[in-house]
Amino acid sequence: MPLVKNGRITTDLFVQIADGAELPGDGAILVPAARFLEDPEAMLRRAGKLGVIWPNNRNLDDLVPYLDRLAAVALVFPSFRDGRAYSQARLLRERHGYDGELRATGQVLRDQFVFMSRAGFDAFEVKKDADADAFAETVKRYSVFYQPTGDGRVTALNRRMQLRHSESAGQ
Amino acid sequence: MTSPLQQKIKITGPSMVTANRTSDGIVIYRTAQQGWSASLSDAAIVRTSDEARALLNEANADDVVAVGAYIAPVELKDGGEIKPGNLRERIRSKGLTIDLLPA
Amino acid sequence: MYAYDELDRTLINERVSEFRDQVKRRLSGELTEDEFKMLRLQNGVYLQLHAYMFRVAIPYGTLSSRQLRALARVARRYDRGYGHFTTRQNIQYNWIKLSELPDALADLAEVGIHAMQTSGNNMRNVTSDQWAGVAPGEVEDPRIWSEILRQHTTLHPEFSFLPRKFKIAITASEHDRAAIKVHDIGLRLHKNADGETGFEVLVGGGLGRTPFIAKTIKPFVHGRDILSYVEAILRVYNQYGRRDNIYKARIKILVHELGIEKFAKEVDEEWKQMGHSALTLDHSVIEEVRSRFSYPVYEKLPHMPDELKQAAHDPLFERWRKNSVAPHKVQGYSIVTLSLKPVGGPPGDATADQMDAVADLADKYSFGEIRVGHEQNLVLPHVAKRDLPQLWKALDRIGLATPNVNLVTDIIACPGLDYCSLANARSIPIAQELTRRFANHDTAEMIGRLHINISGCINACGHHHVGHIGILGVEKNGEEFYQITIGGRADENAQMGALIGPAVPYAEVADVIEDIVEAYLALRDRPEELFVDTVKRLGVEPFKERVYATR
Repeated sequence: MPLVKNGRITTDLFVQIADGAELPGDGAILVPAARFLEDPEAMLRRAGKLGVIWPNNRNLDDLVPYLDRLAAVALVFPSFRDGRAYSQARLLRERHGYDGELRATGQVLRDQFVFMSRAGFDAFEVKKDADADAFAETVKRYSVFYQPTGDGRVTALNRRMQLRHSESAGQ
Repeated sequence: MTSPLQQKIKITGPSMVTANRTSDGIVIYRTAQQGWSASLSDAAIVRTSDEARALLNEANADDVVAVGAYIAPVELKDGGEIKPGNLRERIRSKGLTIDLLPA
Repeated sequence: MYAYDELDRTLINERVSEFRDQVKRRLSGELTEDEFKMLRLQNGVYLQLHAYMFRVAIPYGTLSSRQLRALARVARRYDRGYGHFTTRQNIQYNWIKLSELPDALADLAEVGIHAMQTSGNNMRNVTSDQWAGVAPGEVEDPRIWSEILRQHTTLHPEFSFLPRKFKIAITASEHDRAAIKVHDIGLRLHKNADGETGFEVLVGGGLGRTPFIAKTIKPFVHGRDILSYVEAILRVYNQYGRRDNIYKARIKILVHELGIEKFAKEVDEEWKQMGHSALTLDHSVIEEVRSRFSYPVYEKLPHMPDELKQAAHDPLFERWRKNSVAPHKVQGYSIVTLSLKPVGGPPGDATADQMDAVADLADKYSFGEIRVGHEQNLVLPHVAKRDLPQLWKALDRIGLATPNVNLVTDIIACPGLDYCSLANARSIPIAQELTRRFANHDTAEMIGRLHINISGCINACGHHHVGHIGILGVEKNGEEFYQITIGGRADENAQMGALIGPAVPYAEVADVIEDIVEAYLALRDRPEELFVDTVKRLGVEPFKERVYATR
């Protein structure tokens, strides 16, 4: 499954650890939430970057205390129809100030790229190769956005207000 | 008139497989030649649940041309003529039951 | 009218290109139907019995004549020359080809019309009062707020994959014409003691399999906070709404299962955490949106012009005027309803020729503006009273002057089994037969206000629960049967109807309805007592006795 990061297909530096599997001594790893919560401090002391895979039906409160020490958080789309991780993503970015890698996993398809980017995802485990290839082109599909989110894009409303302002200033 | 989603593959009489054509949505019927036809008279007729399942699986494999294939009952007339087996299929094969303009 | 600017137009065009690409990928087989289905639904495309059905949004029910002509053109060019106006300010085309849909969308985009979120598990077309901006006594024009919400809900990055569909309606009048109590969120605009604009927020209303009347979650949310409050509701719903069972996924079930107090607490907590955010609407932002609504420059006209006095001698004109013409907030003007319920016709359908003709009449008599109401009729919102006689003649020529607005033949009906793949039974022929039975206008007037609503299945697109008489099609052993309820209503006193007895077969429905109406005429305590009030006073029993005594 190709990983898209910074708009390009890249090599995944994180090794995903299956439930019960032994942890490698070093190197970047992604661990399931339950495994992480067994002993978070021990896991964070380990050499190498740490990321956590957080299920979409689990409250973020248990994760929040560790956010500034995590290199990645992976949120899950069990189906592209299940949109809970969009809320989690926005909360992590906009309420809890998380600025590490925020990865979309599961059924990640081309037609969700724009929504996901706007919600704060910056890494995508894309299901189909063709969709990953089309990433750069697809995220540029829209140039107008109505809602303010944490991705910093200027909303239509703001652009209109700026326009008004410059018009009245020019008079 | 049961929605196709609720149908279990268990037929009680002669049946066919029908769907809509992806490009324009028109009603089509699975033929015995592993293709589709807009005419009910070309439909492959199945008589057992196993045959029905096989025909449906074959139809579902063709996801590009056809959408939403399901099994529906037919009535076979003496001369071999195939008639839709319920109201839903009569409407699908013959069109609206209503006048479009006020009368 | 709201004037789209370059940004709105760009977004619609970008959506058209995206959909064109999605259709191309589907037709080439790159997308499976399972993947494509959600994408087409997000753009209003269903697959029905005979063809694809295409639902186009008419936000808060406002159309310009130019837009209506574009709707007519799509009916002619891509469909079979007619369209169907729905109960949620949309128009549906029944015979569209998937391969031609992107072109139809591009044609509509030229006049600022789109089909975004007219289906799918997202925030649907925001609806409002079809008399918004012209109804006497209205607090203020609710379309300003509808437009703010329309923009905010369009392609929302967080709430486009909700547990289930989500519908918002807004009213600003005492009499609710937007059915806000049967919406996921209903907003009633009013002013607080300081004269500030805000909303009573209702949540969890809906029809379908498990009908609920919406409950008030907050009596007053200030206008500047309405987006953040709606967002808080949506966030709670997105996280906790059920996704395991499609029939329990609407917000009404979550509100019911948690209870309104607990639900309100969750929303309040979320809302507090959001605090003052980018969603807070400052005064200048609201005024910016308001400034892009243009209003007619009304003339100073007499209350009772000579033309109207003369026409009053024509009993046919008078009948229509009394039935279809309502007071306007500006003296000398009227609001005119165009009935799309001719005797024997499918409720809510209009031909392309009728749409073009209405567009011309709107230009001539209504400042180029048309409205669409939830009862599936059209409205010309600004007609000078002196023009009423001419307008009436012109409407009569195109079959749009049936004087039956709010009467027994003004039936709301879904497309039913003639078109719809979910239906269990037909709706339209039942409606057609009923309009023939009650075709005599004297009888219909004598009966008075009576709303019959018909749905062809439990999904309740015909709003049967809230019809004064509700008719629900069900299937019994392969035959069409109909359950009949009485006493429902969709207005500010919204209530679900009560079942009057066992379901009756297709052929008997019209007879039963006639019996119910006869029972009402015998039971009402005076001619002014409306059907729904008689049912309220007496309950279902006396009706049941009369209807089932001979059956």
